[in-house]
Amino acid sequence: MVRKFFDIIANNAVPAVFILISAFAIPLSGFSASYLVQELLTRIGRNSFLILSLLIPIMAGMGLNFGMVLGAMAGQIGLLFICDWGIVGIPGMVLACLIGTPIAIILGIFCGHILNRAKGREMVTSYILGFFINGVYQMTVLYLMGWIIPITNPNLLLSRGYGVRNAVSLSGIRAVLDNLIPTVITNPEGAKQFLNVNGAGSFFLIQLPFFDGTIRIPLATFIIIALFCVFIVWFRKTKLGQDMRAIGQSQSVADSAGIPVNRTRIIAIVISTVLACYGQIIYLQNMGTLNTYNSHDQAGMFSIAALLIGGASVSKASITNVFVGVILFHLMFIVAPMAGKNLIGEAQIGEYFRVFVSYGIIAIALVLHAWKRNREREAARRSLRGGNGGKA
Amino acid sequence: MIKNFIKNAGWPRIIIGLFLLALFITAPFVGVNVFTSFNNTIVRFGMNGVMVLAMIPMVQAGCGLNFGLPLGIIAGLLGATLSIELNTEILAKLAELGIRYKISWLTREFLTAYREPAGFASAILIAIPIAAVLGWLYGKLLNRVKGDEMMIATYVGFSSVSFMCIAWLLLPYKHPTMVWGYAGRGLRTTISVEGYWLHILNDWLSLNFQDKIEIGGKILDVNLSIPTGMLIFFAVMAFIVWIFMRTKTGTAMTAVGSNPEFARASGVNVDKMRTISVMMSTILGAIGIIVYEQSFGFIQLYMGPFYMALPAVASILLGGASVNKATILNVVVGTFLFQGILTMTPTVFNSVFQTDMSEVIRLIVSNGMILYALTRKVRA
Repeated sequence: MVRKFFDIIANNAVPAVFILISAFAIPLSGFSASYLVQELLTRIGRNSFLILSLLIPIMAGMGLNFGMVLGAMAGQIGLLFICDWGIVGIPGMVLACLIGTPIAIILGIFCGHILNRAKGREMVTSYILGFFINGVYQMTVLYLMGWIIPITNPNLLLSRGYGVRNAVSLSGIRAVLDNLIPTVITNPEGAKQFLNVNGAGSFFLIQLPFFDGTIRIPLATFIIIALFCVFIVWFRKTKLGQDMRAIGQSQSVADSAGIPVNRTRIIAIVISTVLACYGQIIYLQNMGTLNTYNSHDQAGMFSIAALLIGGASVSKASITNVFVGVILFHLMFIVAPMAGKNLIGEAQIGEYFRVFVSYGIIAIALVLHAWKRNREREAARRSLRGGNGGKA
Repeated sequence: MIKNFIKNAGWPRIIIGLFLLALFITAPFVGVNVFTSFNNTIVRFGMNGVMVLAMIPMVQAGCGLNFGLPLGIIAGLLGATLSIELNTEILAKLAELGIRYKISWLTREFLTAYREPAGFASAILIAIPIAAVLGWLYGKLLNRVKGDEMMIATYVGFSSVSFMCIAWLLLPYKHPTMVWGYAGRGLRTTISVEGYWLHILNDWLSLNFQDKIEIGGKILDVNLSIPTGMLIFFAVMAFIVWIFMRTKTGTAMTAVGSNPEFARASGVNVDKMRTISVMMSTILGAIGIIVYEQSFGFIQLYMGPFYMALPAVASILLGGASVNKATILNVVVGTFLFQGILTMTPTVFNSVFQTDMSEVIRLIVSNGMILYALTRKVRA
């Protein structure tokens, strides 16, 4: 009974600590509730899809897919093309996805093959692979685009005539998905004001009498994320999903059961990469600007940190982890700088603190996972030797 | 024979070696001064050599590539900043000791004359114990996560760097050349070591040539300045590591790396050897960054050390090391090749294409090299 209680605490230690930190930091930051809710809703819409793309490789026992930045880069290339062609709105986004998909598939297959050659150290390999492909991406975007790859829009190109600018405005598709089904929650007072400003248009206005402030909800993005969650639940039950889980349990057992291990692992990575590509496109349509050479860099780190803060481990992650993680991580993201400023008088400290937490949490999760695995291995060896769990 | 050479050296190394050779051959034709480039390569070799050397103990002990090098670098940064902060105190203390123990040469005049070397030595001497403690903790951690060392090392490095970002802001440093002017506290992002130990190794015994020679009708300035002191320092460090790997402890360490089960059966304390190797790597990293800084001229704090492990890792792999075997020769060859490419690509590419592709080439070469090493089938 007591042990069970400790197990629950131990299994959810990371989210618990973050809830505690937030409980201290939120009052310190002095933000209003409606501001926090608005920011959180925006960030859930922005980041969830990217984080969800990590789930499938974890299921297949390949650990955290640091190679998801490959998908993010594919998505950005898609976005660069639609910017060049001037295709706006939802068609633009769909086209960006269509261009990104084949690139993401090719990169995913490449990544899968590399990871199959580096079994047992997938994470560090996919991490370095991210850097390597980043080099190739920069080569493509900075030197080949506008020279070999046709890009003609002068707003995109550097003044020297080739290579893409550092910051590209995505005004054409900015928030198109978020505002596809515009929804606003407010109180009657706010509703009046809102209609005065925006005019009576096609808004879903939800009026709650005691609600303080006005909140916009990116409903269409949420619907897509929800559909995707359903897809993951369904996928787990398919033959392929079951195969992946079997491989995640034990590669050798799966192999002797006739499951094509290497092939299935490649498929897991391809799915993850393609989804990361879509995730990055959703992320960037919300941001509205593309930092050509930096946007993808942090996508991987922040997504992985958020997933781990949600209570996932290297070998086990659920959809709940994703949403708990994205809320807790971004809550800290929003409040840490202000809390740092109000506490010590320097916003920079809060800034560094959240960077520290992002890296620290990944370090701790990796350590706990490796530690646990080594102890299990040790226990298994002892049970083989002693025959009864080494208690003899 | 050629086949054998290719097999021994490995394709990536040959391609990169040829690439570097091509750069050196092209250089004079596109108006790049080869002598200057070569000189720069030598200087950068000396700057980075010790940090690459830091990879050897951990690789040999089977802990993999030390992606956690930033931890050692942080110890070095602490040593460097403390040596400047406490410069006058240290010198006064030394003079006092000289009087108390009647050491005739350790006088105030002597210390004033050798203020800079004393400062440099104090930076290293402060950094070593800090690195030893951090390395010990880091080693204990890595012993519990066998098999996943490299990924965890990466994140230990990252989180310690970001933790130190907070610490640099809060630590009670007071020295006016190091803290932000307006706030009076919090260290600056870059701190000049001028007036303390700038170029202390570079200028020691340095050989300078100045001449003009005529090649193909063009007059070329030859302006060489070989940092002999820094090269000697690297050679001494390399020699210490070489000797150490041949002592009883060093041999035991190598045994642990090649076959931990066998080493355990022959009575070697596996965890202890691994911890020692990690401590050594961390200490070498700390010394390495101080050597780097005295040549570079600045101490880079905050996010400065963040990605410093990658060039060092790539260098030793480029030199022919694998994930579980590395020698001094690998360090020398690898550092020279890597730094050679880093120096040559910007100059040559700038002259040919009027653009600087060096950053992209550095990314592809260094990470490609690490990928190659990670995916190579290791003989069990």
